[in-house]
Amino acid sequence: MADQLAIGSRRGLKPALPLLLPAYLWLTVAIFLPLSAMVFFSFMTDLPLAGKEWTFTLGNYAAFFSQSLYSTLLLSSLRLGLEVTLWCVVIGYPAAYVLAKVLKGRSREAIFLLVILPFWSNGLVRIFSWAMVLREGGILDTALNAVLPFKINIDLMYSYPAVIIGLVHSYVPYMVLTCYLTLQAIDDSLIEAGRSLGASRRQVLWRVIIPLSMPGLIAGAALIFVPVVGSFMEPRILGGRTGTFYGTVIEDQFVAVFNWPLGAALSFILLAVVLIILALAAPVLRRAG
Amino acid sequence: MATTRILEWVGRFYVVLLLGFLYLPIIIMAAMSFNASPFYQLPFEWTTDWYASLWQNDQLIAATWNSIEIAIITTLISTVLGSMASLALYRYEFRGKKVLQALLFPPIAIPWLITGTAMLIFFFGVGIGRGLVAILLGHVALALPYVIVVVSARLQTFAPELEEAARSLGANQWQVTMRVTLPWIMPGVIAGGLFAFAVSFDQFVVSYFLSTPGQTTLPVEIYAAIRKGFTPEINAVSTIIIVVSMALMLLTARFFKFGGEK
Repeated sequence: MADQLAIGSRRGLKPALPLLLPAYLWLTVAIFLPLSAMVFFSFMTDLPLAGKEWTFTLGNYAAFFSQSLYSTLLLSSLRLGLEVTLWCVVIGYPAAYVLAKVLKGRSREAIFLLVILPFWSNGLVRIFSWAMVLREGGILDTALNAVLPFKINIDLMYSYPAVIIGLVHSYVPYMVLTCYLTLQAIDDSLIEAGRSLGASRRQVLWRVIIPLSMPGLIAGAALIFVPVVGSFMEPRILGGRTGTFYGTVIEDQFVAVFNWPLGAALSFILLAVVLIILALAAPVLRRAG
Repeated sequence: MATTRILEWVGRFYVVLLLGFLYLPIIIMAAMSFNASPFYQLPFEWTTDWYASLWQNDQLIAATWNSIEIAIITTLISTVLGSMASLALYRYEFRGKKVLQALLFPPIAIPWLITGTAMLIFFFGVGIGRGLVAILLGHVALALPYVIVVVSARLQTFAPELEEAARSLGANQWQVTMRVTLPWIMPGVIAGGLFAFAVSFDQFVVSYFLSTPGQTTLPVEIYAAIRKGFTPEINAVSTIIIVVSMALMLLTARFFKFGGEK
């Protein structure tokens, strides 16, 4: 072949097009056009369906900025995302460290698989399983009262902690995965060098291990924070009446209130927030590769 | 170093605790699906009645078939289209390639709530409406990026000299692809296909916004049932789902290493 630059790889979009086109057309129709349509609809007074009258308006966005309800809910969703992310770091990072630096060989492989396996099973069903554990007269209640000499009432169901527990359970494998990948890439001799130069365990942790695994921490945080801010199913099932968040309000606009233009505007504001967060995390994510 | 040893054992114990946290609710749910009491009362009394009554629940069975059909069609379409795109991204150098690769991330990174509601608006606007066709359109789009990422990862290990050699021995493009490249990347293609199946079979959010009564999938049906109230029947069907999706991922792990073992 004439092209000597790289064996096997050839130039030009034309020969690649037939292979690329079907996949990217599909993505365009099902992802990119819908996202654009959502932006368009968010500026309308009503859906242009069945001859309904509609005009352009900024009213849907004005609703967000004039009614404190929406911004309050967005803030509480952001807070929820932050709390869940922090818990995932606290719970997931030590486990990732043990996996990467303590366990070896087959047991490491097996436990790693066990940690990320639930993550790939149905999220809805896992949230539902927590509902069984947390409710009054549920498993946690029964088990604690069987063990403890005094009577206590555990009824975490339909509370903020229940939502946190369910979401942390859903997303902690992400944190273990991303931190494990960066932690296992740290050369053990760096840790030994630090120790032999007289650094304490704590100093090695804060000056060597944590800085080097920062890309994994940030990647994990972004991967957890973004979906949690947009979560609606978990707060609905585990939070009950206390589970009203930004995501549940968007859900309501589409399935209960049928104010789609407002829903589109709320979705688009969420998308903007998400994109800003991803853009901030992107340089670090790219390094983590 | 006695302290090191103690710390290592503390670490191991901690990981076991984490596994307990991850698996306990699932195990309890599975156990309760075999418990006779409909109010989850203990003591435990063994029964398979709830599984038997699943067979009587026509709505759940119809939704299950929809889920399986959609997952299979999604797998076929996204594996073929995704593998083609990965090959093109691997073989050819062209301007805008980086952009095309970057475009794979929105479907993965944007919360499904946003993608799902956007699809609902757009499909309604262009007349596709809601229902199984809309759900299929959405599922394939969500699965495609996963397939492309997984197959591309496998292609990274492929030596381009092999294609060159086949070509210089007189094979045409089609023969090179079918006889040389495809057999090599097959584990990646299978792993990608299993991913696609799992993405579709477990998908709830997007299906939820695109379904209508009668044209719905299993997770959507379960969500509706949970909101109406708890029954051991939901436990039974949930247990089946979780066993199926975990088995699928174990199978995928055989073809595709997640951990990047040293």
